[in-house]
Amino acid sequence: MAEENRQVIAAANQAALRLGLRPGMALAHAQAMVPDLQVAEADPEGDTSALAELAAWCLRWSPLTAPAAPDSLWIDATGCAHLHGGEAAMLAALLSRLERAGISARAALADTPGAAWALARHSAQSMTIVPPGAHADAVALLPIGALRLEAETVQALRRLGIDLVGQLLSLPRAPLARRFGPEVLRRLDQALGREAEPITPLVPPEAVQHHLAFAEPLLTAAALAIAIERLVDAVCPRLEQAGLGARRLDLIFERVDDAVQVIPIGTSRPSRDAHHLGRLLKERLESVEPGFGVSAMRLVVTLAEPIRPTQRCSALSPDHGPEVDLAPLVDRLASRFGEARVFSVLPRESDVPERAIQVSFPLAAGPSAAWTWDLRRPVRLLNPPQAIDVVSALPDDPPALFLWRRIRHRVRRADGPERIAGEWWRRDGEVAAVRDYWAVEDENGHRFWLFRRGDGADPATGDLSWFLHGLF
Amino acid sequence: MAASSPSALLSALREQVARIEGHGAGQARRVVPFGIPVLDGALPQGGLVCGALHEVAGAGANVEHASAAALLVAGILACTGGPVLWASERFDLFAPALAGVGLPGSRVVHVEAGKAVLLAMEEGLRHPGLAGVVGEYSGRLSLTASRRLQLAAEASGALAFLIRRGPQLNDLLLSEPTAAVTRWTVACRPSPPPLPHSPDTPGLGRARWQLDLMRCRGGVPGSWTVEACDAQGRLALPADLAHRPAAAPPSHLRRRAAPGRTAA
Repeated sequence: MAEENRQVIAAANQAALRLGLRPGMALAHAQAMVPDLQVAEADPEGDTSALAELAAWCLRWSPLTAPAAPDSLWIDATGCAHLHGGEAAMLAALLSRLERAGISARAALADTPGAAWALARHSAQSMTIVPPGAHADAVALLPIGALRLEAETVQALRRLGIDLVGQLLSLPRAPLARRFGPEVLRRLDQALGREAEPITPLVPPEAVQHHLAFAEPLLTAAALAIAIERLVDAVCPRLEQAGLGARRLDLIFERVDDAVQVIPIGTSRPSRDAHHLGRLLKERLESVEPGFGVSAMRLVVTLAEPIRPTQRCSALSPDHGPEVDLAPLVDRLASRFGEARVFSVLPRESDVPERAIQVSFPLAAGPSAAWTWDLRRPVRLLNPPQAIDVVSALPDDPPALFLWRRIRHRVRRADGPERIAGEWWRRDGEVAAVRDYWAVEDENGHRFWLFRRGDGADPATGDLSWFLHGLF
Repeated sequence: MAASSPSALLSALREQVARIEGHGAGQARRVVPFGIPVLDGALPQGGLVCGALHEVAGAGANVEHASAAALLVAGILACTGGPVLWASERFDLFAPALAGVGLPGSRVVHVEAGKAVLLAMEEGLRHPGLAGVVGEYSGRLSLTASRRLQLAAEASGALAFLIRRGPQLNDLLLSEPTAAVTRWTVACRPSPPPLPHSPDTPGLGRARWQLDLMRCRGGVPGSWTVEACDAQGRLALPADLAHRPAAAPPSHLRRRAAPGRTAA
């Protein structure tokens, strides 16, 4: 962290603290003490947003949580502990989960936020639970730094010989306020519960949803389709208000016999096009079993993303014609055949043929790299390569004859070998591996792509077996 | 009725027939020519018509993998602009080869549709703006199913290709009548030496295909030997420099009589 033209340590982990490093220390000083110190640039904004995310995650423990910059979280556990097996069990579970996520944390539970804050930082254990009503005694033994006061105030109090909160408590209030301002008394009162300290709870992002109950249970696909249209028409304007588009939607059918069926759909790009979403949902209607009738339906947007305006077409763009929006087509195909079965194939940097392609999302902007080699590649790639029997005049000659699926192919012309070596940086087994590729043409003009494992000289490069890898 | 000249009458009748066939009055369809005069001359519009279904099959040992057919289709689509939907039963294409004939991977959306290739094609043809829709299909193609595809293609204006892949050699299923506007077979032919002046030099030259136009609505079936697609997807007539001058008249092309099954 840069502060007054020098680099200062903003935060240090446990190991660094044990080595004697402290926040506020000059970086040069710290690096002199620990030469191989790992330093990461402080990112206060990133910390704030990560803290907010953590606060949202903590909503599982209590409905009222709030991030408290720079490094604390409030959880109002009133009436929640019994759901998690008691206060101790709840705190232990919270800490162990955080630890598994790589976050070292300390927790304290007390009657007032001020006392909890003080104990979380200054208690000997990483987990402290103050019984109801005992917070005043617990706080009294803590240093005055536990009161969330300005560093200067703390120093001024220390100079007067006041080290513990308990000492502060025994002082007359009026002179204290005159000398140090109202802040000291306010913090003291907050810790002791004499002054209320509300926390501003995090508002959980509310899912956009709409519920439709029917007077008569619906049985026919046509009726369900109309209900879908109504639901989509209700949800889309709300998405528009929020500036969002749906990426995942759940359509929940509540049947009269209390059974519930769910149609989940996804879109390749955030969408709030009622027509498009309605069509995606209606296409999946055939998988719904209405049973004795559907009494209610609910459409929930489980994942929404902001829609950014995009430039569709520019007057100066090269004459590729108008930009085509493939998203609706991709969504329909993906909802019918499965998301993994709709894809584009983009280049990847590798000489091993199987690895030279990268199956990617159809609408993703592709890497600008292209298949640069100007070499012969087959149209069909056999996966896995099929073992064949090959006859060649000399070991290093092109194949003269090969047998594939019990059909003999006499080679008329051949081109090769093209040697492709294993990618040693990926796997140890590929360090020495070599394939010699031949493109051959048989007497009927069919072209095949064969390879031999090994270079023919060093047995470590391969066992000289032949494979058919593709057809031209 | 005033008798007009026979040619005017004929052209009026042709227009009427075209309207009945659904080609739309007056609005000329876009055409993707092969760029080979003899080939384009055999097709009534001087090339492959957009907004129509074209069937391509392999021949001989290449029926199952239809690799030459796939390459031909990719080459033709490379000459158009815009995205392409490529539906296959099981994805076994190697995209670098498509890029090698001018159809880069970023232009193609693949869908692995299992047995529902025709459905995926129809879905693609219903989406406006695609340059082409390709399906690789090994099942039986009924007249109704092909008619559906043809109608969808007419509505969208995209080039629709159905690559027929048979599980067996010379499958009879491939010869059943369909509603496709053209039907082609692509057979591999032995290629000449890579260097015509030095026949003993080893290596592979440009592949040779025999293109058979088996059926064509309003056109003449024929057969041509061509050189396979180049990096821009264009076919070429073989020059055969070793045997005849470069500017040989097209009369040396083998032209077969039309096969008997041209009913649709």
